[in-house]
Amino acid sequence: MSAFWILVVVLALAAIGYGLGRSRAMASAGGDARHLHSLPGYYGYNAALSVLVPALGLLVVWLIVQPLIVQGVVSGSIPEGTYADAGALNLLMSDVRRVAEGLDMAVAQGVLNADQVASLRVEDTNLRELLGQVGVALGSDVEGYVLNAAQEYRSMTATGNLLRTALVLILAVAGLAFAFTRTNKDFRARNVVEKVVLALLIFAASIAILTTIGIVLSLVFNTIEFFKLYPWTDFFFGLTWAPSFGGGSELGIIPLFWGTFYISIIALAVAVPIGLFAAVYLSEYASPTVRAFAKPLLEVLAGIPTIVYGLFALLTVGPALVAVFGPDSLGWMGGSRAVMTAGIVMGIMLIPFVSSLSDDIINSVPQAMRDGSLGLGATKSETIKQVVLPAALPGIVGAVLLAASRAIGETMIVVLGAGAAARLSMNPFEAMTTVTAKVVSQLTGDADFASPEALVAFALGMTLFVITLGLNIFALWIVRKYREQYE
Amino acid sequence: MTDATTTPGAAAPKSSLLQLDDRVRRRNAAERRFKAYGIAAVSIGLVFLALLLFAIIRNGVPAYTQTFLTVPIELQADKLDKNGNRDLEEIQKVSTFGYKPLIIDGMEAALAGQGIASPFEKAKDLEKMVSASAPAQIRDFVLANPDRIGETVEFRLLASSRVDGYLKGRVAREDLARDKNLDAEHLDVADAMRDAGILERTFNWAFIFGADASESRPEQAGIGVSMIGSFFMMLVVLGLALPIGVAASIYLEEFAPKNRWTDLIEVNISNLAAVPSIVFGILGLAVFIQFAHLPQSAPLVGGLVLTLMTLPTIIISTRASLKAVPPSIRDAALGVGASKMQSVFHHVLPLAMPGILTGTIIGLAQALGETAPLLLIGMVGYIASNYPDGIASGFLDPNSAMPAQIYEWAKRADPAYYERAWGGIIILLLFLMTMNIIAIILRRRFERRW
Repeated sequence: MSAFWILVVVLALAAIGYGLGRSRAMASAGGDARHLHSLPGYYGYNAALSVLVPALGLLVVWLIVQPLIVQGVVSGSIPEGTYADAGALNLLMSDVRRVAEGLDMAVAQGVLNADQVASLRVEDTNLRELLGQVGVALGSDVEGYVLNAAQEYRSMTATGNLLRTALVLILAVAGLAFAFTRTNKDFRARNVVEKVVLALLIFAASIAILTTIGIVLSLVFNTIEFFKLYPWTDFFFGLTWAPSFGGGSELGIIPLFWGTFYISIIALAVAVPIGLFAAVYLSEYASPTVRAFAKPLLEVLAGIPTIVYGLFALLTVGPALVAVFGPDSLGWMGGSRAVMTAGIVMGIMLIPFVSSLSDDIINSVPQAMRDGSLGLGATKSETIKQVVLPAALPGIVGAVLLAASRAIGETMIVVLGAGAAARLSMNPFEAMTTVTAKVVSQLTGDADFASPEALVAFALGMTLFVITLGLNIFALWIVRKYREQYE
Repeated sequence: MTDATTTPGAAAPKSSLLQLDDRVRRRNAAERRFKAYGIAAVSIGLVFLALLLFAIIRNGVPAYTQTFLTVPIELQADKLDKNGNRDLEEIQKVSTFGYKPLIIDGMEAALAGQGIASPFEKAKDLEKMVSASAPAQIRDFVLANPDRIGETVEFRLLASSRVDGYLKGRVAREDLARDKNLDAEHLDVADAMRDAGILERTFNWAFIFGADASESRPEQAGIGVSMIGSFFMMLVVLGLALPIGVAASIYLEEFAPKNRWTDLIEVNISNLAAVPSIVFGILGLAVFIQFAHLPQSAPLVGGLVLTLMTLPTIIISTRASLKAVPPSIRDAALGVGASKMQSVFHHVLPLAMPGILTGTIIGLAQALGETAPLLLIGMVGYIASNYPDGIASGFLDPNSAMPAQIYEWAKRADPAYYERAWGGIIILLLFLMTMNIIAIILRRRFERRW
């Protein structure tokens, strides 16, 4: 039975459980709900949860664990010497899975029956042609040991599926029976149900932790793999970035760091003054009508997806900059993809980020401080410059740091606008590339995941994660530490 | 003692509140300058917004019209069905290549009928005006209606992207000198055909509902299939992120004791909200594809990754709206004998629902526009040419998503595809706008001030 149908059956059992639990409780109370410990519905929920939680829990765990075990056993049974390293084994295993899948499809479509499949031999049949007929294309002819492994894979998966169906359904029925026998008018159904619900709530809250653990583990393991193949000193201190999938790549992160840093600096040079002045104007000078109209419009800029900014950089800002600085006029700029292009567009994207965060902070400066300054005869701008901004400074620094972390982690704008060449240069009109752009280019394509050229992306991701996390924590720390100074 | 402050003999300074001295004038000028900087900053921001929208609309609107040729084509029996027995198997043997001469003959006949002289030495040159998809279109028609072989049927064929671009003003005559796909003569013919009504530009439903096409035929590409891909992804996000997010927020806001563990969860959530989206893509690649062997490019995987990405957004907004429900509601519920759980699920949660839905919609809008993580799990580089067959294949079969499709088009380095990319952005932004407007209406209509 497929996982979907198991799910349907379990849900149906749960619905039946609800009805049974409720009616049994009512029966034990002689049809009068006042004799029950809990509301009648809780007895129903108790039965339904006793069916659902263990059965679905087992199903999910089984779905995750079974392929891993099957994979491990089958790959152990492939004779050594038929593959060179772990990467080749992976490729071989994906062949095995495809053959197994193809055989299943052949049975499902009636091309072969189960006995024929069991007695298949590489010498007798052209398996590649046969599987091609049922719609599974293979890259090469099937070797004997691959077929054996595929047969083993199929039989283990079939046994596993059978066991899964049986155990999950038994667990569901057992849960139902258990809840049913427990149900009587003195059973504290509400307390039990609430405990289970609380456990589910805690589980949901832990998913955030699990995500972080997942991120860290997936980055750390692959980064370690990478550093086994490539010395870490060359990665962190290398001045050239020249991956070649044939081997002999130079994977130094410094040019990428420089590109990231340069583009972020330009972006912040655009976003911080504009955002800050806009925030000051909107919170201190603008009339309520202007504010009600301009603030949401500026925030529209934050809601536009980054792919739109990327296209804007590539097709509008880039050509416009080339028209001014390009070979036909000033001659500073070679192509439309450049640090400047990506930086300016990223700056536009960050304007609302800086302005709305600073706006909140400026508004939280107590009015008494402004009144005091104005009462001493300062003009409004003097008050802002000498009283409000210093008071809001920690928050503004925090906002700028958050904007910087956004700029460093931004991907689509640099992928489309900044170019692909890793360079160490001071010229802002030259194409450079960033950490995020290289993560994309190393992981999209048909690279083998075991090669240093693909694994380097995880090391890049790790550095990116650490830097942005550090910036965020630092920004939050600054905001928290100085926030309540004036209250 | 006060004598010391007024030096006798010195004339009192001639100042008056009514007369500005230099210093005050300078200070006032500084004040005006400062205010002007503020106005300039706001206007620059708004100008950028206007420029962005202008660029999108100006470049994107042409994608919604497409040039078609209306040509009567004789389905010559001697070429399509040599034996004349209308056997479908035999008709199928004629590949699309065999249909090309029919199109050329049809076009020549149409030109001659309108009295337009063909300037080409080789008749084959006419073919460049028609999309490469035309032979397949006619072949499909013939295979569907084999009994009409021998008749002359009028077809609406897609014009090639260069001709289309010429009518839209994207392709200029000067550009064609370096272009091997089309010559200036073609444009003369195109002009004449347009005057004769053979060539016309109409609204392009195929762009909104159609599938992506290969790199050489931008005129055929549409965003419909990737829209379906995005739709299935959003279903996954909604189905997972809303319940998990709400459950997590209820726990953290209503039940969690203040201890290290919950502190850790809270710090974690605020940090996750700021992790670059591409890192979630790496997570998805490593966990869902490398480790769990889920199918690449599947909307299910994309949805899972986007769920993890939007979860912090939804949790943060849900907690804010739970916090906005006054404690008196909880106290009243507890006072009449409800349990803590009942007070939350029966009273607090329904009152917080509008806020939660608003936050969820905004989270979904963010997920809909996100591209970077989708690149890593392989939703790019794949030509989304078929609609999914059913619900299961909608979740599991390879597909693209709207932003990934736009990125794919932007990469293809053909101005005709750039036009499609801008056009796709219009659709994407319309979706985002609708979602945000719904969120605003929900907030205005249902949010209660206590």
